[in-house]
This record gives sequence, C-alpha cells and structure tokens, in this order.
Amino acid sequence: MSNRIDVKKTYKLFINGAFPRSESGRTYEIKNANGVFIANLCLASRKDLKDAVVAARAAQSRWNKASAYNKGQVIYRIAEMLESRRAQFVDEITVFTGTTKIKAQKEVTDCVDRLVWYAGWTDKLSSLTGALNPVAGPYYNFTLPESMGVIAAIAPETPSLLGLIDAIAPIIVGGNTVVVLASTKAPLSAMSFAEVLATSDVPVGVINILTGKKDEIAPWMASHMDIDGFDISGLDAQSHGAIRIAGAENLKRIFRFKSADPGRILAFLENKTVWHPIGL
Amino acid sequence: MSFYGLVDGTEASLKKYLGALSGVDQVGADARAAMLATRSIKTSSKRWAIDTAISMVDLTTLEGADTPGKVQALCTKAVRPDPMNSDVPSVGAVCVYNDMVRIARIHLDSIGGEHVGVAAVSTAFPSGRASMAVKIQDTQDALDAGASEIDMVIDRGAFLRGDYIGVFNEIVQIRKLCGTGVHLKVIFETGELVTYDNVRKASFLAMAAGADFIKTSTGKVTPAATPPVVLVMLEAVRDFYTMTNTRIGVKPAGGIKNTKDALKQLVLVNETAGPEWLTPTLFRIGASSLLNDLLMQRMKMDDGYYASPAYVTID
Repeated sequence: MSNRIDVKKTYKLFINGAFPRSESGRTYEIKNANGVFIANLCLASRKDLKDAVVAARAAQSRWNKASAYNKGQVIYRIAEMLESRRAQFVDEITVFTGTTKIKAQKEVTDCVDRLVWYAGWTDKLSSLTGALNPVAGPYYNFTLPESMGVIAAIAPETPSLLGLIDAIAPIIVGGNTVVVLASTKAPLSAMSFAEVLATSDVPVGVINILTGKKDEIAPWMASHMDIDGFDISGLDAQSHGAIRIAGAENLKRIFRFKSADPGRILAFLENKTVWHPIGL
Repeated sequence: MSFYGLVDGTEASLKKYLGALSGVDQVGADARAAMLATRSIKTSSKRWAIDTAISMVDLTTLEGADTPGKVQALCTKAVRPDPMNSDVPSVGAVCVYNDMVRIARIHLDSIGGEHVGVAAVSTAFPSGRASMAVKIQDTQDALDAGASEIDMVIDRGAFLRGDYIGVFNEIVQIRKLCGTGVHLKVIFETGELVTYDNVRKASFLAMAAGADFIKTSTGKVTPAATPPVVLVMLEAVRDFYTMTNTRIGVKPAGGIKNTKDALKQLVLVNETAGPEWLTPTLFRIGASSLLNDLLMQRMKMDDGYYASPAYVTID
C-alpha cells in the first residue's frame, strides 16, 4: 500500500450556484448506520437561508420566463447528469445509510425516472390544467396556471435522495425557484446531487440546497416574508401547527404531500384568468 | 481665492503641492479595507447605523428615461422613505439631472421636504467632455432651477495627461459660480483614474480648489466606490483636516447596493476620518436600490423576520 493521504470531500451548502460554507461557521457530525463518523456537514443559519432566498428571488423571473420546452430540457438534463454518475450515488447511499446495494440501485433508478417524469410535465401543464371558460360576451376567457414565486421545502428523512428530488422537481416544473432543506441525518447524497445540478443546465439560484436542523430552519422559512409557499412534507407532524400559524401571518401557502403526484406541481401554481376581446 | 494658503493659483505652486504628497501603499490599503469590512455590527449599533445610513443617502435617479412623475415619486420617498413608519429619517438629498431640478425642488417643498436637498449632476455629466463655456452654462442652469448641491465631474482626460492646473481651474470656476450657499461635490470617476496615487492626488487637488465634498464616481463606470478607494479618500480628508483645520466631506457612489455594503462604508468612515464625519453634512452615499434594502433590514429589526421586496416601492 502507498502512503497516500486520503482525499475526503468537504460537504458544503449549495446557494446561488456556488458551494459556500455556512456563514455561521457551524457544523454537525454525520455518522453512518453503524455509528461511525463520516463527515462534518454545514449547520445552516438564518442568514444562509436569507442568502438562499435572495438568490432564489433573483433567479425566479428568468426561470419563469423560460419556455416550457426549455424548462423540460433543463430538468431532463438533470436526469442525464444523475444517470451518468449512477455508480457514485449507489455507493454513497449504500455506505451512508447502511441499506443494500439493490435497494440503493432502485432508489437511484427511481430518482432518474422521477426527474424524467417531472420534465415531461412542463409543457403539458397549461393544456391539461388551464381552461377556456364560457363567458356571456365577445371575449375569450382563459384560465392559466402561473408560478407562485420562491418556494421553501423540507425534504423527508428517508428516502433521502428520492425525497429531495420529489421536493425540488415539482416546485421548479411550473417556474418557481426553490430553497430546500435536505434530510438532516442522511444529507450526503443530497449535497452530491448539488454537484449534479451545478454541472447540468439549471440557472444559478433556481435550486438552493441547505443542510441543518429542521427545528431551526422550518420556523425561519415559515416567517420569511419573501417565501411564497412552503412544502412541509419532511416535517414531523407535531410541529405542523406552529409552522402553519407562523406562515399564516404572511399568507404563505403551506402544503404537505405523501408521494409523487401532479398535484404537487399544481399546489405551487396560481390560476390567472385573462380576458381577451374577440375580433381584435 | 486663498486656496487655504496651500497654492497660489499658479501651475508651479500646484505642482509643488501635489508633488509633496506621499504615495499610497496599494497592498496596505486593500488589506486595511478588507480587514475593516469584517467588523460585525449588531443590535442597537446596527439600528443606529441603518438610520444614519438612510439620512446619508443621496437618492439618485440618473437615467435617460427619467420622467417628472418618476422624480416626484422619488422625492416623496426621499422625505418619508417608509410610508408606514414616520420614525424613519428623511434622506440627505435627491440627486437628479439638471432638467429635473426644478421639478424636484417644487415637489419637495410642496410635501414638507424643505430639509431635503436637491443635488444636480453638472459640467457635462457623466463624461465631462465639453467646453468650459458649456460646463458653466450647465451649472448655472442647475443653480437657477434651485439646486442646493452641485455634483460636478472633473475632466479625467486632462487629469491623466498631467494637466492638473486645467482641472484645478475648472473646479475653481465652478466653485465661484456656486458661491458659498451651494455645496460643491467633485466627482473623480475613480474607476478611470486607475491608481490609488491618482485618487489621492485628485482628492488634494479638489480640496484645495474649494470642493465641499469629494465623490468617487458617476455610477456609470465600474469599478465605482470600492472600499479601498473610499479609504484612500477618507485618509485624504483626514490629512487635509490636520493641514487646514477644515473638514471636507466624502461621497461614495455606485455599487453600494445593500445594507452590508453601507455599514462597511460607515466603519471605514469611523476608523479612518473619525466619528466627526458620521453625519450627512460630511458623508453621503449616492445610491438608488440601497434605500430599499436599508428599509427592509430596518423592518426585519422591528418585526423579527425577513422582509420581502414586495413591501417596498419599485423605483
């Protein structure tokens, strides 16, 4: 054996297309299923959340204006990048969560397929959920789904990677941008997924990933005035009440979901109705 | 004019005066500015700093697309930056092009904003490329329209080719035009002066020629008001004070977009020129989007949670 020094990966946050450490300098330890230390992860602070929201807000208008076809291409590209690094993710999930290799392979496959499935939704949304409304007058009257803005999400603890993708993808399909808190106990594949995002065509700021404690971050997400919607699927049931009350103060739309579902996309869209005179 | 007894108005005396200036240690200035930028301002100090910064803002709109309506809306915001909260101080001045000066002055006076100044950018802003006759007429127009502050640009081309006396005489002439009642700010466009030595030289030149304020940039060129440049200018006003017992103001403009940037500037002022300069009569910040961020930070301190741009005006 050589005397080569181990080259270990430093796991950091993913904000505005960059990988900063937490501005607070705080970290927490991640251990594998057998209790063996694996890595120090950033413990995101309120300011990290603020920075992520500023980035997401700045990116929202451009992402929203991208054509549905282009959004689909970008999300499909994430799937391509993930597929090309399949072996790495299978290894990471196996080592970090103590699951079997077969289960890990299935999770990565599901992740890729799920991204492709969501990519397909981008250019079908307005046709399937929009409407041409009957009105008594010389007008066309359309109802079309439009993006809500900046959406926060808490990813579920398990499955850590598939849960993260299920949190992110439906939010960005409709033109929203997202700030997501990864699984607290198994965030490593989430932060490796950020590398996939950084090398795909996702514009900076559209997806921002934090690691840290749900009990800390969730109330800040709920009270932040510049977050328009909040997916609390990954949050423990006993804290839902307080989060909903904090979110109601600023009219935030708060939802939770159990599985992949087109309803997840629609939850963070708003219907806009347009009147257009006939004959002009 | 006496020029503080530093020069007698001849080229020889100006050359001697500027030649005696020490050079600027570029690496040292960068390092000191970077070090001061790490200071953390929290709680009651932050609150004081935010209000002080608001009162120092020269709320600026210098667009070809400016309309009377936009200028009037800006004036209303200048007098009462947060319509929901009368505790928020008015800004120092509004800064507009010459043809908007009268509109701004009339509107400010009509809404109880007599205490807010109107600064006019002058002398063929932003390039300064015009004959002296045009520059004088440009300034006179602004004064006739009721400007209380004149932001003039220097001829950077003349400065860079070494025609210091030409630059000096232009400032002197505009100073005469302004008289004693109108504040004269001299804009260097530090992004075009290239070196910190030039910034220091231009600072001493302008101060001797009668500037009330020295200002970094027009906002049309990057880099603009970088912290090291402001540091060099603050050292210049500090040194000038020890030479002449006169306090000259400093106005960074351009690139100061958020509260963090503004607080860094205040730290620079306090640590370089001294706390006497922490007043709108001696320190101004030329900005437009900065004010919204200051207001949002202020709301956050009041409410305990982060504000949204949806709750401040779109300028």
